[in-house]
Amino acid sequence: MSAAATEAGRFERFEGTSGYSASEALVDAVNCALALERPLLVKGEPGTGKTLLARHVAEGLGLPLDSWHIKSTSKAEEGLYVYDTVQRLNDARFGDGDVKDIRGYIRLGPLGRVFAAESRQVLLIDEIDKADLEFPNDILLELDEMRFTIMETGDEIVARERPMVIITSNNEKELPDAFLRRCVFHFIDFPDVEQMRRIVDVHHPNVEKRLLDQVLVKFYWLREQKELRKRPSTSELIDWITALLRAGADPGLLESELPFMGALLKNEQDTRAIQAFQARGGKTPRSFEELGGARR
Amino acid sequence: MVFLEFFYTLREAGLKVTLQEWRMLLTCLEHGLHDSRIEGFYHVARSCLVKSESDFDTFDRVFASYFEGIEGVVELPPELLEWLADPKPFEELTDEMRAALEHLDIDELMRRFRETMAEQTERHDGGGRWVGTGGRSPFGHGGEHPTGIRVGGPGRNRSAMKVAEDRHFQEYRTDVTLDTRNIKLALRRLRQLTRSDGPVELDIDGTIDRTCRDAGEIELVFRPKRRNDVRLLLLLDVGGTMDPYYEPVSRLLSALYEERGLRDFKAFYFHNCVYERVFETGRLMRSESVSTADLLRTYGERWKLMIVGDAAMHPSELTSARGNINPRMETDTTGLAWLNRLERHFDRAVWLNPDRPVEWAMSSTCRTISTLFPMFHLSVDGIEAAVKALVGARAATVRPVLAPGAASL
Repeated sequence: MSAAATEAGRFERFEGTSGYSASEALVDAVNCALALERPLLVKGEPGTGKTLLARHVAEGLGLPLDSWHIKSTSKAEEGLYVYDTVQRLNDARFGDGDVKDIRGYIRLGPLGRVFAAESRQVLLIDEIDKADLEFPNDILLELDEMRFTIMETGDEIVARERPMVIITSNNEKELPDAFLRRCVFHFIDFPDVEQMRRIVDVHHPNVEKRLLDQVLVKFYWLREQKELRKRPSTSELIDWITALLRAGADPGLLESELPFMGALLKNEQDTRAIQAFQARGGKTPRSFEELGGARR
Repeated sequence: MVFLEFFYTLREAGLKVTLQEWRMLLTCLEHGLHDSRIEGFYHVARSCLVKSESDFDTFDRVFASYFEGIEGVVELPPELLEWLADPKPFEELTDEMRAALEHLDIDELMRRFRETMAEQTERHDGGGRWVGTGGRSPFGHGGEHPTGIRVGGPGRNRSAMKVAEDRHFQEYRTDVTLDTRNIKLALRRLRQLTRSDGPVELDIDGTIDRTCRDAGEIELVFRPKRRNDVRLLLLLDVGGTMDPYYEPVSRLLSALYEERGLRDFKAFYFHNCVYERVFETGRLMRSESVSTADLLRTYGERWKLMIVGDAAMHPSELTSARGNINPRMETDTTGLAWLNRLERHFDRAVWLNPDRPVEWAMSSTCRTISTLFPMFHLSVDGIEAAVKALVGARAATVRPVLAPGAASL
């Protein structure tokens, strides 16, 4: 690290952790978010480790992690707090608890919890694109000011230390511009061959190298085919390898054929397109050199 | 501000970088987050300024061209970086002083830089010769010299240039690529949610809330169901010059059929231009056709009209009364008149053209049609813009003057 950083380093820096191989670009983006105290928006294809990132940032900074998993029905207010009116009604009818104290029926949501926490926290807002189109706008003010008021009691929750907020998106919905302007953005690129080897190694530590080479050549070749409507992703690759290993597939066979294609292609047009390609006598590359040649 | 030009160059290239984001970048640079590496600067600038991977490629191009030409890594002693990391403010330059600064070419500059490096032994701020901050020497940063070498601060280095020049993110561009998922995303905006009419539903949350607020007195709350009010009519040009576009058009069509959110969706086909009849299938069989007049009666003005076609045909097919190239189809009215009728009938209509926008002007019929319908490219960006034109706030547009031949309507 240069002197510049240590001198100006009024904030704690993230350097990556042993369990997570973060690219330099990602580390830079995380540090931008830390320095600016702005949310970090992470996008990328499924299986590129977006959700995992929050855990490792928290670990790297030594801060506790809270998560808010967004569903299509999630409402912005739930992230702040929920006033449990049903419980209160129940208590009123059956005489349990102190019904007069509304505070007893206010439950803080994930955003509320990290604001109210004694120390700095990391908050993961996972898959924000799952929610309604307006959802990101609804939490804009709270994320900006890191404070909100509980309407029923008039209590104000103010964050003592601005939490590090990491937001992931699978790109299912376009996020509003006003929201994007306030975020630091990082796009996790699809893993290259070497990174993919490490990822496969986590799931299948003992794949024979010749087999794995063939598998990866075919996999990256498929991803380059423009006709495909849905390109296979990491999890499909892992499934495919599982199928190949169970069946005891031979690397030699894989040179000419694509067995268990159903694990990779989830769409009949895609399957047909590849079958038609093979029926025409189309050859799939057999080595990284051939793949690279096709790329050029 | 040395970099402000970079900001404007990005905006000129079409990136919606705002001042707010620019200030985020400056704050990061003040914190020294780029570690005086151009790679670091590239990452930090991209994280702060660009908010979608589809814009990465544009960013890369601007970055590469803006920082182009000055290559090569200069090894810097750590103490030099330390001096530079703590910049001193820059003294005002008069115009004469600025003019007096030499314009050096890069080789000469590098040679003098190495010489100066060899001689320099201490910190310098201001001044016109040594490597330091806030000065007029060609070397250092926070200073001003027309052709100077930036040392430390945001700088340059071959590998970031390499990343930028590789244009690795090209495939994420949304103005060229088109897959079904992208289209679906673009179509998500095709929504006008209303609670105004239709069946009512029990608002359970509202009921519970009201009941509890009234301390247990049951109070039922009803509200109309929320639903999408958009009904879309698609007219699709098939055959001939449209054949090469089979793939993108079929992707659009399958995305539309899979789009469950629409209140109603209907597709008809035509060849080259819309005449008396439109067809229910792409085979264009007379037995599977409906008259265009009936079409207009069936589908009211509230339907949104989307026409997909290259709008390229022989001019007579558009403007002559017997223009239909299918001789068995009766034609008394010109194609242009039919298009005019469509445009006037529907409240909102757009035209999606699969040809690249630069080619539009080459076809006279395409020029004519684009004065009639707002025309968009059949790409993710184009579809998004078209959807905005269909459901977004209405921009105040002047209705184009009708082309000759349409005057009869």
